[in-house]
Amino acid sequence: MKLTLRVWRQKNADAEGAMSTYEVDGISSDMSFLEMLDTLNEELILEGEDPVAFDHDCREGICGACSLVINGDAHGPERTTTCQLHMRSFADGDTIDIEPWRASAFPVIKDLVVDRSALDRIIQAGGYITAPTGAAPEAHAAPVPKPDADFAFEHAECIGCGACVAACPNGAAMLFTSAKVNHLNVLPQGAPERETRVLDMVAQMDEEGFGGCTLTGECATACPKGIPLVSITGMNREWLRAVRKGKR
Amino acid sequence: MARTVWDSTVGKKTVMAVSGIVMLLYLVAHVIGNLKIFFGAAEFNHYGHWLRTVGEPFMHYEWTLWLVRIVLVVAVVAHAVSAYQLSRRDIKARPSTYVHKKPRASYATRTMRWGGIILGLFIVWHVLDLTTGTVHSGGFQEGHPYQNVVDTFSTWYGNVIYIAAMLALGLHIRHGFWSAAQTLGVGSRTRDRALKTVANVLALLLTAGFIAVPVGVMTGVVS
Repeated sequence: MKLTLRVWRQKNADAEGAMSTYEVDGISSDMSFLEMLDTLNEELILEGEDPVAFDHDCREGICGACSLVINGDAHGPERTTTCQLHMRSFADGDTIDIEPWRASAFPVIKDLVVDRSALDRIIQAGGYITAPTGAAPEAHAAPVPKPDADFAFEHAECIGCGACVAACPNGAAMLFTSAKVNHLNVLPQGAPERETRVLDMVAQMDEEGFGGCTLTGECATACPKGIPLVSITGMNREWLRAVRKGKR
Repeated sequence: MARTVWDSTVGKKTVMAVSGIVMLLYLVAHVIGNLKIFFGAAEFNHYGHWLRTVGEPFMHYEWTLWLVRIVLVVAVVAHAVSAYQLSRRDIKARPSTYVHKKPRASYATRTMRWGGIILGLFIVWHVLDLTTGTVHSGGFQEGHPYQNVVDTFSTWYGNVIYIAAMLALGLHIRHGFWSAAQTLGVGSRTRDRALKTVANVLALLLTAGFIAVPVGVMTGVVS
């Protein structure tokens, strides 16, 4: 496959960025999108140019490190992470636009790498439980109804990649925050902090400068793990419940 | 608690949802009243007069009407101020757009902000036209709503402004009603289809009901 890539290049956080055009040849349709970028970078290094910086880690679709907005879609045209996107999703001769996540809470560090530590601070604000840790507890000690366990697991699938923020026209982190809130709030282990968790995490989300939700549904469409839009409805319900209980 | 609600994006969205539902309930009553115009001047004018005497003898003349007006003004202001503040925040949260743009949300969703501004301007014109009579075409007659409505819809601009605003209203309700349900946490996977249907039916009935009046005047059914 021969491709034309238009890639966002930005030297550092303060520099002005722009799209640069590159041609790559000899791409196999079995390569992942990141392997295609590795090929480009090898050529750039041989030519003595600065390789394109992009985030990646496990390359198995489970760590949430890879990002990239590909042709206007967070993680590209398939419902998966960029590392699990394969070049067979593109045609020979295609022009592909590659941009970083865009949100003021995600400042660009270099090229396609953005600082997503705002999501870590939302987790720190309440995305944990105070149950004692150590050896695994007796499984029957805290019974969890099967539907609740399934619900919690569905939301626990969130890998915190930030595709929801990147796709949202308001740069909102509602889907991410709601996944974390719903995951823990439905379980008995998360019950002691049920109210403070949602209040603190939403407050931190606002403080980080994320936008608000206008229910466009772009986040749920982009989510590689299929966190549903109704997850946000669930967080709103938890938040209103906590406010009514007068926990703030 | 009030501080928590107003300072939070989720809380401000709640303010928008509640004020939106107040306005929506008012519109349902409004459209039913409007349709009385098809039963003649006597019945419509009588209905107009009754609006001022609702609640008597417990309430004084026009007290209920003014109570409703105050609630509506509070709802409109709360809705608009929240929308303005949230929109400014949203624009700030996404300062640079993508080079490769892809609009995907529905037309109703994408036009909520502009639609809201159009509706706000329409309300001002509508009140100046048919409540105070300030910008009314032809002599505005206090206490003769039937004739005033016929006069307004006998002008081309009266029809254009009104019908355009009612189409904007339909789109606004289509996304707004369903959205309010999500904000208030009453939406769910099983209720989603029902909520979307109710939103569409409400939007369609209200738009059709309101537009029926200028169409009635234009076709000579109401004269």
